[in-house]
Amino acid sequence: MKLHCPFPAASEEHILLAHGGGGRLTQQLIDRVFRPAFANPLQQAEHDGAILPPASAHLAFTTDSYVVHPLVFPGGNIGDLAINGTVNDLAMCGARPLYLSAGFILEEGLLVKTLQVVVSAMSAAARRAGVAVVTGDTKVVERGKADGIFINTAGVGIVEAPSPVSPAAIASGDAVILSGDIGAHGVAILSVREGLEFEGEIASDTAPLWQEVRSLLDAGIELHCLRDLTRGGLATSLNEIAVARGAAIRIREVAIPVRESVQGACEILGLDPLYVANEGRFVAFVPERDVTRALAVLPRGVRIGTVHPDPAGLVLLESRIGATRMLDTLTGEQLPRIC
Amino acid sequence: MKFVDEYRDADGARRIAREIDAVTTQPWTIMEVCGGQTHTIVKSGLEELLPRNITLVHGPGCPVCVTPAALIDRAVEISLDPGVIFASFGDMLRVPGSSHSLLQARARGADVRIVYSPLDAVALAREHPERQVVFFAVGFETTAPANAMAVWQARRHGLTNFTILVAHVLVPPAMRAILESEDCRVQAFLAAGHVCAVMGWVEYEPIAARYRVPVVVTGFEPMDILEGIRMAVAQLESGRAEVENQYRRAVQRRGNRHARELIAEIFEVGPREWRGVGAIPESGLRLREPYLEFDAEKRFGAPPSAVPAENECIAGLVLRGLRRPPECLAFGNRCTPDAPLGAPMVSSEGACAAYYLYRRMRVRS
Repeated sequence: MKLHCPFPAASEEHILLAHGGGGRLTQQLIDRVFRPAFANPLQQAEHDGAILPPASAHLAFTTDSYVVHPLVFPGGNIGDLAINGTVNDLAMCGARPLYLSAGFILEEGLLVKTLQVVVSAMSAAARRAGVAVVTGDTKVVERGKADGIFINTAGVGIVEAPSPVSPAAIASGDAVILSGDIGAHGVAILSVREGLEFEGEIASDTAPLWQEVRSLLDAGIELHCLRDLTRGGLATSLNEIAVARGAAIRIREVAIPVRESVQGACEILGLDPLYVANEGRFVAFVPERDVTRALAVLPRGVRIGTVHPDPAGLVLLESRIGATRMLDTLTGEQLPRIC
Repeated sequence: MKFVDEYRDADGARRIAREIDAVTTQPWTIMEVCGGQTHTIVKSGLEELLPRNITLVHGPGCPVCVTPAALIDRAVEISLDPGVIFASFGDMLRVPGSSHSLLQARARGADVRIVYSPLDAVALAREHPERQVVFFAVGFETTAPANAMAVWQARRHGLTNFTILVAHVLVPPAMRAILESEDCRVQAFLAAGHVCAVMGWVEYEPIAARYRVPVVVTGFEPMDILEGIRMAVAQLESGRAEVENQYRRAVQRRGNRHARELIAEIFEVGPREWRGVGAIPESGLRLREPYLEFDAEKRFGAPPSAVPAENECIAGLVLRGLRRPPECLAFGNRCTPDAPLGAPMVSSEGACAAYYLYRRMRVRS
């Protein structure tokens, strides 16, 4: 993987506690690392916050914290996740992501170079997603009190969906559409974390999802509910929705795309790709009449199932051999099996 | 995916199910020994395809489930020693001993690490000569060769900071114990393909002959298991009791000679306590005398004697095929994966957890 860093190389310089102290070193860090990466007209250097222009519609507001280990993984780094994750939470509300805040908790001793790589990725991801990072904060904690970098981003977006996008809007008979193949992000992280080597690198799917949502809206599709498939994967997201709506979601295992490399890694590790995290995939609940158009708009989209009234609150999966079983929420974390 | 998809084919599965239906004239009870097979059966819903008079009961082949609470307590205690790195396969971490699991020990400050191979634990010992590295050597014959190899490598590297906490169990003595219990319902076995890939099936021939019970060495994919059932039913219907091999792509009669020799070099057969079942003579492995320096029980002291289970868990009956998980009164209410009363509800291969995760709605209805 290549990471392009537009900033002057800072050799082996480390983050010191004083970088978070609010004094000269803090200012230096802002001037050298953060300000050039996130430069935009709304950033006001001498102010405590950003003043945003008035909005013409409902606002969506969300926040998320990012603590991934390792910081850099195939297909991205914590910076990509910190932008895309929050952008996607807004997109799932049917909102165009506009403004983000970025709060950094840095561990004493972190290489400034590493921070630059992360901030550079955030800058690129923000550009790609069409959002501006308008305010931020940095704290430094003693060595051992954090894992390199923790990032919190909060985001504001303007709702462009004509009707509310939420589990409450789901109707019996709605189709469940999945935006692409699942499991790549979780397996990419795990393969680096555990030092596992698979034939052919598996890269994270981290990506902003607003454009896909916007194109669904442009096609006139009535979006009842959207959900990105992060922690706990597809299975957990569908369970959350089934419970929230009080409906049953029936899906077909054969319809769910999993790349062969991801499937292979999961087979070896004893993991179920339905529970593995994604950072660039979502499900959309749309009326039956909109399915064909929705699939025409989503290049990797597939229909995986349908909403039914009963049994309320459960997700049922038709297995490959044609039997039906529950698809439950994950208990604890997925742990690799003995044999 | 090659070597996977062709064994999960809906049309193929239905075809074998029809063949089973065609030859079945009376009720039969078949036990799959291995927890991995239980998992496949319940997860893919195989029982929905089978004729009603075929009953599958789930055997004791979940190593996580049968590891005694006292040994887990010992593992937790060792892991809490600040000088120790405790390495384990992932699914042992959540299993409670009499009070704590290894995951809870980790939360209390223990250095507990998930490894994918015992050889990773040997590598940890080489990287951290100042720490004692203890590997939880759990499993049936399937994991024994790799665990034996870890000890062999530790000896070769002259490591003095590597030990294993041995909890190895063997399949054939467990099958005999089941067959000799008075209330045994099992009329045929699906033997665990992975175990037989290592050990072959010679050991099963006297069992089939003595107890007049068909044994079919079976793989782990849905079509493997259906085919294993078809072969077992064919034997039962024709009055035969032989060892047959369904899992031909992986298993030979004498297994893997190198693996067996390595096991025999490092380990010897000894008595073993099975959680939920009790003591079974000659049913486990322990380190041979020349390798006792790698025995964590020698280095850290033996576990206290087994603590009898005091709750209403019927794990012993489930593991011997005498009850199916939903027949337990605590199932799904007082006993869930979040608050388990017994190990079969904890492990991903445990029969109770499999029913809870995949079949709960049927049990309710």
